[in-house]
Amino acid sequence: MYLNLSWRNIWRNKKRTIIAVASVFFAVIIAVNTRSMQLGSYSYMIHSSARFYTGYFQIQQKNYWEKRSLENTLLQDSIDYKKLRNANYVKALAPRLESFALISFKNTTRVAQVVGIDPQMENEESGLKERLVKGEYLEPQDYSGLISKGLAQLLGVSIGDSIVLYGQGYHGQIAAALLPVKGIIEYPIRELNNTMFYLPLKAAQDIFLTGNRLTSVAVMIDDNRHLEKAKQALSAVIPPQYTLLDWKTMLPELHQSIQFDNISGMLMLAILYVVIAFGVFGTIIMMINERVKEFGILIAVGMKKVRLLIVTFWEIVFIAFLGAASGLIAAIPIVWYFSLHPIRFTGDVTKTFDALGIEPIFSFSTDPLIFLNQALVVFLIALATFIYPIYFMKRFEASRAIRS
Amino acid sequence: MALIEIEHLDKIYNTTAVPVKALNDVTLQFERGEFTSVVGPSGSGKTTFLNMVGGLDRPTKGKIVIDGTNLAELKGSKLVEFRLHHIGFVFQAFNLIPVFTALENVEFIMLLQGISKEERQKRAIELLEAVGLGDRIHSRPGQLSGGQQQRVAVARALASKPEFVLADEPTANLDSKSAEDLLTLMEELNREYQTTFIFSTHDPRVIKRARRIVTLCDGKVEKDETV
Ligand SMILES: Nc1ncnc2c1ncn2[C@@H]1O[C@H](COP(=O)(O)OP(=O)(O)OP(=O)(O)O)[C@@H](O)[C@H]1O
Ligand SMILES: [Mg+2]
Repeated sequence: MYLNLSWRNIWRNKKRTIIAVASVFFAVIIAVNTRSMQLGSYSYMIHSSARFYTGYFQIQQKNYWEKRSLENTLLQDSIDYKKLRNANYVKALAPRLESFALISFKNTTRVAQVVGIDPQMENEESGLKERLVKGEYLEPQDYSGLISKGLAQLLGVSIGDSIVLYGQGYHGQIAAALLPVKGIIEYPIRELNNTMFYLPLKAAQDIFLTGNRLTSVAVMIDDNRHLEKAKQALSAVIPPQYTLLDWKTMLPELHQSIQFDNISGMLMLAILYVVIAFGVFGTIIMMINERVKEFGILIAVGMKKVRLLIVTFWEIVFIAFLGAASGLIAAIPIVWYFSLHPIRFTGDVTKTFDALGIEPIFSFSTDPLIFLNQALVVFLIALATFIYPIYFMKRFEASRAIRS
Repeated sequence: MALIEIEHLDKIYNTTAVPVKALNDVTLQFERGEFTSVVGPSGSGKTTFLNMVGGLDRPTKGKIVIDGTNLAELKGSKLVEFRLHHIGFVFQAFNLIPVFTALENVEFIMLLQGISKEERQKRAIELLEAVGLGDRIHSRPGQLSGGQQQRVAVARALASKPEFVLADEPTANLDSKSAEDLLTLMEELNREYQTTFIFSTHDPRVIKRARRIVTLCDGKVEKDETV
C-alpha cells in the first residue's frame, strides 16, 4: 500500500512527471550512445594499433625497452608458449628478434627495422600475411625476407632480388647477410611502410648470431576492456626476470590522446547530468511543497516522518527508474545497430584516423558496463535529490502545516 | 479519573514581534462519552487548544494527561504513535489522501497501526457503511462532495479505535444541510458507540447540538456549560 501510494502520487501531475521522466530518458540515451561511441572508438584504435605492431603486451628482458639492445634478450626456451596462450583473454603470441640494420641494394642504403618472426604466429598476432601485396609469405625454414613497400621503392628492389643486410649482432659481432626478397608487404602508416623488413626467426638468429634468443614476445588479447585482467594472468606465468609492458607504455601518445578525449567526453556528460539532476530536483521540490498540508494531516493522524520519507523516496526512485529503464531499453537497439554498422566518417576527422593508419569509422562498444554506469549515475542523482525531502521533513511541523 | 485532564495550560507564540498569549491558564476535564463543542470568537484560541490536546503542539506551561499518560513525557515518534492509537482527528479540509479511494483512506490508518489486510478491509467497509457511504467506497475524494469527504474523514478517525475524536471546525467548509447531516452522524456515533467528540465551531446551529459548550475568549475559559 505504501508503494502503491508512491506510485499514484507521481501521477498526480502527469505532465510534470512525464517531463521529468523524459529528461532522464533522453539524458540516458545520449549518455549511453556517446559513451558507447567513445569507448568503442578507443578500443578500435587501440586494437588496430596493437595489431599493427606492438601487441597489447610485450614480454621483454628488463632493460630492453630503454636500450633496444640485443644484449637484453630473452632465452627462447624460458618462454612457455602453451601456458601463455592459455592465460585468460590471450588470443595470439608472436616471438620476435628485432634490430635496426642497414639494408643495401645496388647503390642505395637505408636503415630498416629488421624483425625475425615465426611466420605463422606472427600472422595470428598481426595479420602480416594480409599485408602481402606481391610475392609470397614466409615459411619457417626460408632464408629470405619480406620487405615493406615503401622501403622496396626507396631501394628499387623487387621480388627475387637479393639485398645486403649489414648491422651489429650479439656481443658486438658483425651481422651481415645476402637475402632474397620473397614478398612485399604494405602498411598504411608511412613510418612502418618505409622501414619494415621481416625474416624467419631462425634466419634472424643466425644472422645476428644470437643463438636461441628473442627480443620480445608480443601478445594480443581480445579487447582492451580485459587489459588489467590479462595483465594479471600473464604476470603469473612469465618468468620473474622478465617484464611485461602494455600498450600504454609502448604507445604513450595514443594513450594520452585517448585519456584527454575521454576526460573531455565525461565532462560533457557530467554537465548534461547536472542539468538533468536540477530538473529532477525541481520536480521533487514541487511535488513536496504542494503537499505540505497533506503531510501535516498525515503526521497528525499518526504517520511517522520516516514512513512519509520512505513514500517520497519511492516516488523519486520511480521517476528515476522509469527514466533510466526506458532510456536504457531505447538505447540498446541504437547501440546494437551502430556496433554492427559503424558510422563512417568523411572530412577533417579522417586525418586522425589516417595518421593511425586505420579506417575512419566510429565503432560502438556494447560493453555492459556502459549501461550499468548510466543506471548508476541516475541512481546517484535520485539519492542526491532525496536530500531535499530529508531536509524538509527535519524542519517540518505538522501543526503549522495544517494551519497554513 | 477523567479521560482528559488539563491543568493551567498556557501557550505563548513568540514567532511574532509581540508575543501572543493564545491560551491563558486553561484548566478543564473531559469525560468518556462527551459530546462537547469548543466555541469562541476568531482568534480566541480554539485551534490552539485542540492542537495542544491532540499532541500536535507543545504547551508553554501546564499539563495535559490523557488516560493517565502525560503528553509532555512523550518525545518525537512516541507522540506520533500515541496520536495514532489514542486520538482521532477530523480537520476542516484536505483530510484525505487524494490518490486513495474512500476505502483505502480509511484502511490506511489501520495499516499504520499494523492491522492485517482482511481486518482492515472489513472494518473500513463497516465504518463507511456506518457513515452512509457504503455505495461509494471506491470513489476518490475528488469524486465526493465536501460533506461526503468529511464523512470519510470521520470514518477514518474512528478506524483506529481512538479514545476520543478531535474535530477543528469540521463543518466550516460545508453548506448548512451537509453540516446538519454531519452533526447528526456524529451524534449517532456518540450515542451508539459512546465515541467521545470534542469539536470547535463558529456555527450556532452546530453549537446548539452539543451537550457541553466550552467558550474561550482571549485564550481563557469564559464559560463551561452543560446543556
Ligand atoms: N503559529 C502562530 N504564531 C503566532 N501566533 C499564532 C500562531 N497560531 C495562532 N496564533 C495566534 O494565536 C491566537 C489564537 O489562534 P487560534 O488559531 O487558536 O484561534 P481560533 O480560535 O482557532 O480562531 P479561528 O476561529 O479564526 O480559527 C490568535 O491570536 C492567533 O493569531
Ligand atoms: Mg481555528
